[in-house]
Amino acid sequence: MKKLIVGLFVLLPMFAMASGPSMPLMKAGNDLTDKASLQRGAKLFMNYCLGCHQMQYQRYERTFRDIGIPTAIGEEQLIFDGSKVGSHIKNAIVKEDAENWFGAPPPDLTLISRVKSPDYIYTYLKSFYKDDSRPFGVNNVVFPSVGMPHVLQELQGVPTAITEEVEEHGHTVTKIVGTVSDGSGEMSDDEYDQVARDLTNFFEYVGEPSRLESKALGIKVLGFLFILFILAFLLKKEYWRDVH
Amino acid sequence: MLKKLATDTIDWIDQRIPMTRVWNMHLAQYPTPKNFNFWYFFGSLAILVLVNQILTGIWLTMNYVPSSEGAFASVEYIMRDVEYGWLLRYLHSTGASAFFVVVYMHMFRGMIYGSYQKPRELLWLFGMFILLVLMAEAFMGYLLPWGQMSFWGAQVIISIFGAIPIIGDDLTLWIRGDYVISGATLNRFFALHVIALPLVLVILVFLHIIALHEVGSNNPEGIEIKRKKGSVKEEDKTKFKIHEYYTDKKDIVDAIPFHPYYTVKDIVGVVGFLFFFCAIVFFAPAMNGFFLEGPNFEAANPLKTPEHIFPVWYFTPFYAILRAIPDKLLGVIAMGAAIGMLALLPWIDRGKVKSVRYRCGLHKWNLFGFVITFVILGWIGATPQTDFKTILSQITTVTYFMFFVLLFVYSKNEVTKPLPERLTK
Repeated sequence: MKKLIVGLFVLLPMFAMASGPSMPLMKAGNDLTDKASLQRGAKLFMNYCLGCHQMQYQRYERTFRDIGIPTAIGEEQLIFDGSKVGSHIKNAIVKEDAENWFGAPPPDLTLISRVKSPDYIYTYLKSFYKDDSRPFGVNNVVFPSVGMPHVLQELQGVPTAITEEVEEHGHTVTKIVGTVSDGSGEMSDDEYDQVARDLTNFFEYVGEPSRLESKALGIKVLGFLFILFILAFLLKKEYWRDVH
Repeated sequence: MLKKLATDTIDWIDQRIPMTRVWNMHLAQYPTPKNFNFWYFFGSLAILVLVNQILTGIWLTMNYVPSSEGAFASVEYIMRDVEYGWLLRYLHSTGASAFFVVVYMHMFRGMIYGSYQKPRELLWLFGMFILLVLMAEAFMGYLLPWGQMSFWGAQVIISIFGAIPIIGDDLTLWIRGDYVISGATLNRFFALHVIALPLVLVILVFLHIIALHEVGSNNPEGIEIKRKKGSVKEEDKTKFKIHEYYTDKKDIVDAIPFHPYYTVKDIVGVVGFLFFFCAIVFFAPAMNGFFLEGPNFEAANPLKTPEHIFPVWYFTPFYAILRAIPDKLLGVIAMGAAIGMLALLPWIDRGKVKSVRYRCGLHKWNLFGFVITFVILGWIGATPQTDFKTILSQITTVTYFMFFVLLFVYSKNEVTKPLPERLTK
């Protein structure tokens, strides 16, 4: 019997490795408790992303409250289209137009951190590179043939791909292992990393606004269950003294 | 005064419905073997999870919109705008996986201690029907969030029925109610998921318990606590008060009443289980993509097929058997047979000794191999196919069925250890 249990646990790690991207992702290292980072992320999203991408399931008011922006300030500085503060974060882009411009309508980003992962978003934001064969002159390492322009180029500068020759199945292939900016942007590399991290942080928050509340409540629930377990165990022991 | 009121009330009720009698017969004076171990928690845990699913399901239904236009958005509405909606949803989604965890453990318990053997065949069959209904319930529930994996998973699983000759295509059309998965499919799955199947499930659970209480529980030693009337010396009979319904027919040894002994013990099991369950609900409800799959956070899109389509983990062992066989119809038959063989266990196993503790060494290894097989098949069904995994899945499909073949062969003239007279451990 013990053998069976041990056997099962030996096999468990196989399950943990069951899924994964083909290219290694960078670690986002974002922190959901960092309100300042979330606020910067929200500001970046409203300024750079919302023109094309919506967060149609998330409301402004809830967002402001959760990330610590007073409603009045949020309304004044982060709502650009005159929407009510209780409304969903939407834009006015016409679907047919978007299809004409980009080939496909830009996806809703409410749940992007859950469809992909925070690390994916972070890597994606840092993986644009100059590629003149694409309509917008850029491509992305983790999203080949991406349909969107490099919106944050004014911050990062023009990135070019770093390539390496690698042996694969007996052939030598050229692989992109990273990107490097030409320095023409407003920001240094470190500052741009922070931009990517703040945006990632904001996306992770919007993907699951209940996460922090869930953690706080979860600790209390587990603490309660732990004490209850001891009491239940003692109760059982007391009753079972009759059983021989 | 108050005490008199209480007894009068109970008398009044007892004259009208058999409340006290049922309480005594099935709880306070119901004979249970005294040596239940860890594996015996999973029956009561399955009831706990069932109650959790029904309760959270009712509250989810209050805000869920069963239409192809509204379903996905209504789930996000529950997650964001409904007070504690996220908790209800995670309790329900984690509960689905937990249900299969406890049911698989419960079945494994039955296998190692021979609980399916005579006279518990019908009890085992009711259990197998519960598993089948549970699978249908889980499958239909998974369509309701209307995400990409809901849509495409249902597409794949329903198309399995299309492999049946002659009626296949009409059958899939009949199940979907449309030529593709659509709002019509969603609506009927919703109806079946919230009314029809839960009702069947509750009735089957009731029958499962009735059948259990008629034959009595097995135990880790695999010997009966109910002996022929008159065969047991007075001092060997259990000292506890057991209902006449049982003592009139049999002499009972080594038994304790279910209540309070196993009620207090099951509370320990329940709280221990809830600790792990809540740890997942509050800290990792997606379980790294195994309980909630990433692509399912994207609304269903009939024009965009996900890169990989997998069923949720609890179906993957059977899905792997389906994929292992190149011919679709044969694959479907093999998958059905994989479950059918389990249902036939009482007749495949021709042994007289129940518990693995007293059976031959080969039986231990056979069970061990079966568990390994099941886990490997589950892993293969949950990951993208490679040439290596296809071969491995074919090998494990064979070893899955070999478990039953071997059992049938060696159980006939099995060399077993001598059984103990009484329950001592």
